[in-house]
Amino acid sequence: MRGHYRILVGMAAGVGKTYRMLQEGRRAQEEGRDVVIGYLEPHNRPETTALAEGLEVVPRLRAAHGGLELQEMDVDAVIRRVPELALVDELAHTNTSGMRNQKRYQDIDEILDAGIDVISTVNVQHLESLNDTIFELTEVRVRETFPDRILDEADEVVLVDLSPEELQERLRAGKVYPKERAEVALQNFFRQDNLAALRELVLREVAEDVGARRHAHPLEPLAQQAVSERILALIEPQPKSQRILRRAWRSAQRLGSEIDALWVRPSGREPTREETTQLAALRRVAGVLGVHFLEEDGDDLVETVRRVAQERGSTYIFVGTPDERRRTEILRGSLLSRMVREIPGIDIRVVADRAMREAESR
Amino acid sequence: MSFLTRSRSGAGSSRRVLVPFTRGHLDPTVLAASIRIARAEDATLVPAYLILIPPEYPLEAPMKEECAQAIPLLEAVEHAASKAGVPVDARVESGRTPIHALERLWDVEHFDRIVVPAPVGRDSGFSLKDLTWILAHAPSETVILRPDPALESNAA
Repeated sequence: MRGHYRILVGMAAGVGKTYRMLQEGRRAQEEGRDVVIGYLEPHNRPETTALAEGLEVVPRLRAAHGGLELQEMDVDAVIRRVPELALVDELAHTNTSGMRNQKRYQDIDEILDAGIDVISTVNVQHLESLNDTIFELTEVRVRETFPDRILDEADEVVLVDLSPEELQERLRAGKVYPKERAEVALQNFFRQDNLAALRELVLREVAEDVGARRHAHPLEPLAQQAVSERILALIEPQPKSQRILRRAWRSAQRLGSEIDALWVRPSGREPTREETTQLAALRRVAGVLGVHFLEEDGDDLVETVRRVAQERGSTYIFVGTPDERRRTEILRGSLLSRMVREIPGIDIRVVADRAMREAESR
Repeated sequence: MSFLTRSRSGAGSSRRVLVPFTRGHLDPTVLAASIRIARAEDATLVPAYLILIPPEYPLEAPMKEECAQAIPLLEAVEHAASKAGVPVDARVESGRTPIHALERLWDVEHFDRIVVPAPVGRDSGFSLKDLTWILAHAPSETVILRPDPALESNAA
């Protein structure tokens, strides 16, 4: 059986991921589990080194690279040792050339396959999908990345959090880097605005992971409804879809619910240039409103909406007034009546143009 | 098949008058004048709230407090325009600055006229620098509306 994988995620170096990993390792050891350190980056931090004392360290492999002797985790030695739990720091690390695996997360994969539990650490800036965003925010291009699926596939993703002010304080106190290096860091990567943005990214990433896990293991429908309301707003790549998003947002404020916006794209058809432009604009609106933007392929709109509503645990569907031809309505049944019939148990709200109410009353 | 809200009020109004505003404020006299302009031109009024995202946040960051100001305000503007019989089609756009948000809006939609409120007496809208930029770069005919300073001081 594959081992249990727990990843400790932080916004930047120095928030205490390695320290937390060692604390958890020690606690497991005290509870009688067989724990080893597969790889530890102590970064010359005395508190970290002290916490590692008493935990067995699997000897590292020594590898020559450009006249330097580098040390890497000895994956085979960890697997041969057969501990119950291995602590492996810095999963995004790139191994020295000539090693069996290019990246440490691949080493961890082998350890997990051997049935050994792993606790590992990583900073959010290494996440592949955030590479461009991190570059825009920090003007630093992160070279060591790891695929998003690593977080998706982990059994647990745990946030190790510290406020930007606390992290800067730790830097000034020389607890992260030597003091002379800390000053430079404070004026560059560890600036307040950078840290605030990185913190927001990591908070969002972990929150989305929690959300995704909830949807991956759907609760019973009744229990799910008891947890919360969730709105699914159906949109099309047109500016008028903004009205549906805004109306959904207003309702979400009252219900305290999350909103998903869904565009059902006809199967096999790429969006036109105009659609791409409008989708980008709608994504921006969705972004500021805190709406999750979804695109799904599907030839049958109602069937796709039914599937997505089930996956996301939607309790409300917001839809504009369908602009259907009378002939289609007669031949195939109206879109709304199909929704009511084929998506039972979910409230459907038709978003009207309020200007029409004013026009009626004149 | 389309399921977007049909806009009967928008039918037949191909001209579009954009009224951008920001920082939680649109002067009532500017709004009234914009509605008059839209009605006179038989145009659809497009009030657009520009949400400003501080540099410490990513551009796609949710802005809950700003939205809590923007959405009710937009609805109030929609209501006022509808009540006056003017078709209305509101927008929200975001950016680092009002200009950035405006540029993003212009990139995806065409407007025949732009009505911009001038800054009077309070730091609530566009700056003079913004106005200069808009006059130089707006893709459409632009009107800058300055409310009556006396009304403004009475309202303050």
